Amino acid sequence: MSSIYEQIGGAPAVDAAVDIFYRKVLADDRISDFFDGTDMDAQAAKQKAFITMALGGPNQYTGKDMRAAHKHLVKRGLSDSHFDAVVENLGATLQELGVPAATIGTIAESLGGLRNDVLDR
Amino acid sequence: MARLTYRGGSFEAEDGESVLECLERAGCAPPSSCRSGQCQSCLMKATSGSLPPAAQQGLKDAWRAQGLFLACACRPTEDLEVADADGGALEVAATITGREVLSDEVVRIRLATGSPFEYRAGQFVSVIRPSDRLTRPYSLASLPSEPQLELHVRRVPGGRMSAWLCDEAPIGEPVQLRGPAGECFYLAGEEQPLVLAGTSTGLAPLVGIVRDALDRGHRGPIALYHGSVRASGLYLADELDTLATHPNVRVVRSVLEGPTPDGVVQEGLDALVLGSGHDLKAARAWLCGAPELVRLLKKKLFLAGMPLKAIASDPFVVAPAGA
Ligand SMILES: Cc1cc2nc3c(=O)[nH]c(=O)nc-3n(C[C@H](O)[C@H](O)[C@H](O)COP(=O)(O)OP(=O)(O)OC[C@H]3O[C@@H](n4cnc5c(N)ncnc54)[C@H](O)[C@@H]3O)c2cc1C
Ligand code: HEM
Repeated sequence: MSSIYEQIGGAPAVDAAVDIFYRKVLADDRISDFFDGTDMDAQAAKQKAFITMALGGPNQYTGKDMRAAHKHLVKRGLSDSHFDAVVENLGATLQELGVPAATIGTIAESLGGLRNDVLDR
Repeated sequence: MARLTYRGGSFEAEDGESVLECLERAGCAPPSSCRSGQCQSCLMKATSGSLPPAAQQGLKDAWRAQGLFLACACRPTEDLEVADADGGALEVAATITGREVLSDEVVRIRLATGSPFEYRAGQFVSVIRPSDRLTRPYSLASLPSEPQLELHVRRVPGGRMSAWLCDEAPIGEPVQLRGPAGECFYLAGEEQPLVLAGTSTGLAPLVGIVRDALDRGHRGPIALYHGSVRASGLYLADELDTLATHPNVRVVRSVLEGPTPDGVVQEGLDALVLGSGHDLKAARAWLCGAPELVRLLKKKLFLAGMPLKAIASDPFVVAPAGA
């Protein structure tokens, strides 16, 4: 079976999703502080990596990498509520791009499997 | 921990330390300026070992392939052998041929190169002072079709390169140039709306880009914003007025405080740009000058619907005090 990444159109679809998602998180007071880096292009590149991974696209990351990548954010207070907000924003982004609700549910569920890694527990 | 080899010496880079910081501790660092991966002053070459991707961000492909990298952005995770970037092959000799006072703060410097120097209007070059290899980036206001390169240099109090260029170096003085670099140049569909905004000498690349766009027959609307805290930071009024006679071009000059000369409004650049009804989903933007303003505007334009890829910016990051 093809991955959700392939179903929604691969790299071009992810490119379209990055701007929408980034705009949403920057406008979301619950989590914007985590994403408000000085170099927006570098931040966008990391979010592209995030979305690719969330959709099951080709990526090099392991759960251990997710632990390392977010450790400095956990020190700054990253918690379950932030995690939920990110998943919510990704869901809203995909909805805007016309991804069916059932598919979004599957994605959210699979991201849940990374919760303990991202939150370093 | 990674081991650095340089000029026959061997140095331990501490965790998270950049090559620049490590070599500074050892007292043998290359020249540097912005220390944040923007200006390419601290270019070095890796002769063995592998570079983290961030170390080559923003470098042209040909340079990447040669193992060139930025010492300030390179935090090595494994052993690395590094050398000075090969001056001869990467640099072009130039001489200072002209100096013209544009305002109390800004001087126009003209340079002639000894051999052809390819660039796009709006890119920046590294200017290297031969006597001590002091290196600083300056943006190009000229077009490649013109015989000389043109820089707008703002006199910074206590500034080493800017004081030398503006007041000390005699006409005929040699300098070395490296580059060009940067993504700030005309690249757009002929009908696209163009929005250009800059503070102080951030105007230099923007006038280059506007003139280049017009030369290439750009037909869409062009809005050029020049802002400064006070009127003393504005310059080039006559040339901007001439540009504004072109039917496609609108020029807006603004200050934040103090007296407003004729034709200058008192409002923040961000409010002006965002409040002017530009079709941001269709436009391209170029933002240059004070880093805080460039970053603020970039974020606001993006949040207002502009694709990130449609925004080119050069924050003029200066060397930190004491460096
Ligand atoms: C991509 C890029 C393009 C650039 N293009 C231009 C250009 O076209 N024209 C131009 O004039 N400059 C430009 N700059 C800035 C330029 O490279 C130098 O940083 C600037 O001229 C100061 O160098 P200096 O050697 O004179 O001062 P330094 O000797 O490096 O600085 C002296 C002291 O002054 C402080 N200082 C310097 N500038 C400021 C400031 N604005 N506000 C507060 N403190 C300051 C420094 O922190 C330091 O303590 C650009 C920078 C970048 C990154
Ligand atoms: C399932 C959940 C998540 C996944 C799969 C994920 C994935 C990723 C990936 C792949 C990167 C790039 C790492 C790199 O290459 O450096 C990254 C970086 C980042 N993530 Fe996440 N992430 C998740 C949750 C979150 C949450 C909840 C937040 C904050 C609210 C967050 C904030 C960030 C930030 C700010 C960065 C950039 C870090 C930096 O600049 O150093 N992430 N994430």
